[in-house]
Order: sequence, then structure tokens, then C-alpha cells
Amino acid sequence: MAILDKHAILEKNVTLLAVFAFLVVTIGGIVQIAPLFWLENTIEDVEGMRPYSPLELTGRDIYVREGCYVCHSQMIRPMRDEVECYGHYSLAAESKYDHPFQWGSKRTGPDLARVGGRYSDEWHVDHLRDPQSVVPESVMPKYGFLENRMVDPEHIEDLLKTHQLVGVPYSDEMVENAKADFKVQVDPFGDTDGLMERYPNAQVRNFDGQAGISEADALIAYLQMLGTLVDFSTFTPVASR
Amino acid sequence: MAKKPNKKTEVETTGHEWDGIQEYNNPLPRWWLWTFYACIAWGLWYVIAYPAWPMIEGATAGYKGWSTRANVAVELAEAEAANAEINAKLAAVELASISETPELQAYATSAGSAVFKTWCAQCHGSGAAGAKGYPNLLDNDWLWGGSIDDIHTTISHGIRNEVDDDARFSEMPAFGEILETPQIDQVANYVMSLSGAPQDASLVAEGETVFMDNCAACHGEQAQGDIYQGAPNLTDAIWLYGGDFATIKETVTNSRYGVMPPWNTRLSEAEVRAVAIYVHQLGGGE
Repeated sequence: MAILDKHAILEKNVTLLAVFAFLVVTIGGIVQIAPLFWLENTIEDVEGMRPYSPLELTGRDIYVREGCYVCHSQMIRPMRDEVECYGHYSLAAESKYDHPFQWGSKRTGPDLARVGGRYSDEWHVDHLRDPQSVVPESVMPKYGFLENRMVDPEHIEDLLKTHQLVGVPYSDEMVENAKADFKVQVDPFGDTDGLMERYPNAQVRNFDGQAGISEADALIAYLQMLGTLVDFSTFTPVASR
Repeated sequence: MAKKPNKKTEVETTGHEWDGIQEYNNPLPRWWLWTFYACIAWGLWYVIAYPAWPMIEGATAGYKGWSTRANVAVELAEAEAANAEINAKLAAVELASISETPELQAYATSAGSAVFKTWCAQCHGSGAAGAKGYPNLLDNDWLWGGSIDDIHTTISHGIRNEVDDDARFSEMPAFGEILETPQIDQVANYVMSLSGAPQDASLVAEGETVFMDNCAACHGEQAQGDIYQGAPNLTDAIWLYGGDFATIKETVTNSRYGVMPPWNTRLSEAEVRAVAIYVHQLGGGE
């Protein structure tokens, strides 16, 4: 075992050991990380996926801030029970604009990847205010205070730019109109043409049923959008995935 | 010094020595060594058999052709095939006469129960008793009709949602913008008097006038409601939002706008029918 005896040289020379350790880690890194940058089949092309509207993105920030991911996953696994319970299994493309992604790893509450459209806005308001009023066995805390906290879209352009920076394809037009888009999404009587053009399938409603744009508006707008963007009528799963 | 057994003294040491302490160079136990080799062999087999190595275009597929997505598709197809025959019958049957085919009814009831617990219980409650704003499905009071066909339509298209053009739709005006506050007090008292005691009996007579002028068009002159407009019966002491003075006043002032999503997009026709039959047999079906 001559080569093993040579190992003693490495063990006795700390600089050499560092150099070789670095080499080993580099090879490991290349094998594990590098393919992710060009692997064609990790994120499939799907119809309908778009960056989140400014209001949805704000709602997403509230979702992250309140730690919703601690109890709720956003990842329907390809298993029969999950598909029958929550809907079509999640696609990688559906979280490609998530920074960071919200797949989660624990379900104290149900998966939320396709919660959009499953309940009425009023249900979400009731449920955030007092989860036990509609789901008596729930252990979810109350989030009624979100209704009373108004959101000022002062930094919304910066928020979009930040996401632009990490690769979300927000156009300059989207950034310019961020404030207007933010406000018009809760106003069913407003001029929503620009919003709908920039963010197809955006839902425009007064989500919490009260005047002003509250955090509850933003969060419910985000929840009602979840899982509704991809057009599954044009999606054919590739068997090799 | 204690005597060491001979066997041990025959084993070589590693040659290392620390303060007079030496280390025997015993071989690894056989069982451990062979388990170790077996793991290596299994690892090699796994890499060949299953998707493993990321290459330029995609990961190696593995000779077994294993795919989670293909597996779940097969499983779903199997489950569908197993019930295909009875589901086809259910999708074709005349709902109103479902009780003539007990076998189909029994199947629909248990299938509908599963659908209900997955998709409906969050609003209507796991026992279907509802909650404030979410109708109780056990009683005999139906906003949009309680025949199986009516229930089927409601479940398929939902109520007042923006998604389905065939959704049941009606909208009560917010009378806070139409009536004066004293008139609202009067009409709230009249409505309370229909099924119990009003808060202030002196306002009932005036409230009746307000009711006939503003409310009777939808709720009916007898206030029995109208299932074609989803107008609730106000005489039966069953309240969706509450029958106390403050709640009725709030309802009249701001109106209510309960929304139900359409389910024909998420559920198959057989599933919608099954849950309609399940809800119908809960006790209140007409």
C-alpha cells in the first residue's frame, strides 16, 4: 500500500494538507453545485408563471415576516394522497420567483401551495382574525392585527429592484408603475388595464372588505394568488422527471 | 503489573507510543467489515439503478426508469380505473331519483363524505353545522334551494365568485346608503319581530312599512325569502350572521356578500355529484 504511506506526507505538512483539502472541496462543489446552473430539466417551461404583483409581493413579505412557513409548507409532493388533498403536485417553476422559496419542511397546518381560490376572501379575514371560529380544532394564532396595520408602498420600487437584482424578471416598466399597481389592485373601480397587462390573472378586489390597504389585504392577495398562475391545460409532465 | 493474556501479546501494535501506552492493531470485526463492503456495493448499484448523477443536460435516469411523477400518475390512474364504472354511472344518473338505486346512493354518500371533509369542512365545519357566515347544511333552511339538483348547481358553480360565469349571484344593497338610521332601526325591529321579540316593539309598525318598500321585493311580503335570489327566509329564526339587533342592523346597513368558490374546476363531475348527495342526505335536503 505504497500510496497510503504517501498519505503520511500530507498529514505532516499543514500547507500541503490545506491545498489538497481545497482541491477535494472544489471537486465536490463542482459536481454538486455547477450543474444547477445549466441543468435544463430542473425548471420546466410552463405557461402563466409571472413575477408577483407589488401587492402580492408585499403580502409575501408579511407571510415571511410572520413566519407562516414554520407551520405551512408550499410544496405538494407527487404522491397520490397529497394530489387528492391539495391538487396538482407543485412544479419547480411555480417557486422560481420566490426569494427565498417557501417550500417549508413542516406541516402543523395544511400545505398552501394551491390555497388560492379555495376559500373566499371573507373566510380568510375570519380565519386570520380568529382561526378557531371556522376551524375549531386549529392551533393557529390570531392575526387580526394585520387588518389594522396599513401598508405604505413607500419602498415598493426598491423591493422590486431588489428582486430584479436576484434574477426576477421585473421590467423597468413594472418598477416604474409599482406604486400605482400596488394601489389599484385593491380598487375594483380603478383603472386596472396596466396592472392586468403587466401581471396577467392578477385578482383585483378589496380583499379585507375595509377601507385602506392593510397588511391583511396584501397577505390575502398573496394567498389567493398561490397556485393559480400556471395554466395546467397546457402542461404535459415529462416522465423522466 | 497484571499478566496479559497470551493471545493479546501476539497481536502487533500500531507502532505508535504515547507515554508508554501502545495501541494494538486488531483487525476490524468481520461482520462490520462485510457490512461496510456491502454498503459500498449497494451504493454503486443504486447509482446505476436510480436517477443519480447530474450531467450537462439532465441527471442520469437509472436503468430502472424510476420517476416519482410517473408513479403518482399510475397510482391516480389505478384509483380512477377502480371506480371508473360506478363513477360513470353516478355522472349519468338522474340526481333526483338517486334513492331508486341504493347501491349508487351508498357509494355516493361515502365518497361524498370524503370529498366534504377535504374540501368543504373548512367553511361549513367537519360536521356540516356551519359557522357565522357559513351556512349550516344540516337544517331545513336553504338559501339557494335544497333539492339535490339545486345543491349540485351551487357546488358546481359556487356563489358570487368572479371565476365562474354561472355562479349563483345576487347582491343585497347596503341600505346604509339608502335609508336613514331611524328607518334601519325600525326595519331591524320588524325583522326581529317576525321570528321572536323585537328590541323595541314601538318601532315594529313603522318597520313594516320600510320593509314592504325596500325589502319585500327580494325577501317577499311574508319575508319567507326567495331561493331564486338567494334571499334568506327571515321568519324561521335561523340566522346566518346572527339575529340580535346589532347584527341585523349591521347586515341591513352594510349588506352581506358571502362568496363560495366553484368546485367543478377542482372536482370531477362524479365527485361534485357525490358531495351533493352527501349534503342532501345530512338531514335538511328537500
